[in-house]
Amino acid sequence: MRREIPLIITTVTGLVFAISYFIPHMPFGNSENIFGEWISIVQAFAIWLGVLNLVKVSIDKILSKKGDAYYSYIVIISLGIMLIVGFWDGLSGLYADPPYPVIDDSTSFYWIFKNIYTPLTSTMFAMLAFFVASASYRAFRARNFQATLLLIAGFFVMGGRVPLFDLMISGITDVPVFSHFADWIMTYPNTAGQRAIMIGIALGIMSSSLRIILGIERSHIGGKS
Amino acid sequence: MANTISIILLILLGLSLVYVLVRTLKGNPIGRRIVFLYVAIAAAIPLFMDLEVPLPITTDVRNLYDALEKLPDGSKVMAAFDYDPPSAPELQPMAVAFMKYAFKRDFKIIIMGLWPQGPIQANMAIDEAMQDPEIAAKNLQYGVDYVNLGFQSGNEFVIQSMGTAFKTMFPKDYRTTPYDSIPLMRNIVNFSNIDFVMNFSSGEPGTIQWVQIAVDRFGSVLGAGNTAVQAPQVYPYLRAGQMVGLLGGMSGAAEFEKITAEKGKASTFILSQMIAHAIVIILILIGNVAYFSEKRKKK
Repeated sequence: MRREIPLIITTVTGLVFAISYFIPHMPFGNSENIFGEWISIVQAFAIWLGVLNLVKVSIDKILSKKGDAYYSYIVIISLGIMLIVGFWDGLSGLYADPPYPVIDDSTSFYWIFKNIYTPLTSTMFAMLAFFVASASYRAFRARNFQATLLLIAGFFVMGGRVPLFDLMISGITDVPVFSHFADWIMTYPNTAGQRAIMIGIALGIMSSSLRIILGIERSHIGGKS
Repeated sequence: MANTISIILLILLGLSLVYVLVRTLKGNPIGRRIVFLYVAIAAAIPLFMDLEVPLPITTDVRNLYDALEKLPDGSKVMAAFDYDPPSAPELQPMAVAFMKYAFKRDFKIIIMGLWPQGPIQANMAIDEAMQDPEIAAKNLQYGVDYVNLGFQSGNEFVIQSMGTAFKTMFPKDYRTTPYDSIPLMRNIVNFSNIDFVMNFSSGEPGTIQWVQIAVDRFGSVLGAGNTAVQAPQVYPYLRAGQMVGLLGGMSGAAEFEKITAEKGKASTFILSQMIAHAIVIILILIGNVAYFSEKRKKK
């Protein structure tokens, strides 16, 4: 039964979602909504599972006393601080008169989010620009036809999506030629490529979904397909 | 004065690239730390400049603006914030410009997020928009003129359930006010009561899920603001007419600020991005010149 019950749940929910797309009426439309709410609840638990997993991995690293264990200390301490501050602010707000939410701009939680979390994560993301620039200088070469094509497209999109090239030719013409060309690249070659990828992925998803719904693919419940 | 110094510094930066070219041609490329320094200087200097970049308005931005312009004043607009702080430098300026435009048009804004941090980003955008004297003078009321329903887990299934009733996914707003007690939500049941959906997204769940469910299944009218990385992925939906327009990356944000006459951070940042792009393009060209020169020598 440990396998049959999950398989039955998978099959029923999969079929309900598939059918309700074409018949959004009773009983399928209703069932779809109920399953939608279940998914919402399950995903909320998944967030907790993620947190617990992060704690476990970090504690394991601390116990193993490897060189980068201090990162794990930072993770645990930061997580602890945010949890304590979040619960404190959340409960204080809940019992205040009038009540206020944890993300109200008067809470410590919001202060930490705005002044510590936001700049730190934005910095991490912004660092990509430095690595991309360095990698482009060292490795982006017109070694073959495909690489040359990519290089040319990248060259025009980079220069055309910002008013760089158009500014350079502004003495000759007022028409934003390079902006239009970058737009053309995005609209036609890019869209064609994206569509091909999307259709490929959709076909793959459909076949995988069918295998799961029909119980042929069982790896998600720990079995062999 | 700041402009003159900045321009001189940029010219010196450009001239120093000749030295980089010579070094690279001699088979002695510059180290990655020097590249980092170039990018840092190129991105930082324009922040001190007060120059207006002649920015052409692309079709996708104009289409979005036209669709918003066609909405009558006081329309009900849903703003879905599906991003977190790492993407804020690109998306927050467009969110602020959108909020300013929407409040000035007296749109009734319903905010929600499929990302936990999204509703906080929305609050930040509202706070910034409220600093505009014209908007401040309107004395907008929470719950009457705008509402933040908060975050709900469940990704695309949240949108799907909202198709039947918003209340099923958001029984309370982020301030824990019951749905039925919010004046703005009294006559809003589902997407059929919403005139326009604007999605700010940096990944999944995001614009693609809004297209697949809110647009395809429930007939919503959708516009979106995406990061430059994500924008190419939504072009197929845009070309198929499933979205009315798209703000792509910093340039999309700057164009939207320009077309709505709401000058903000993107109009400044676009100059930084432009110079940084120029540096990267030049570095790529130098790298390739050196590559072909070396190849010729070997022959």
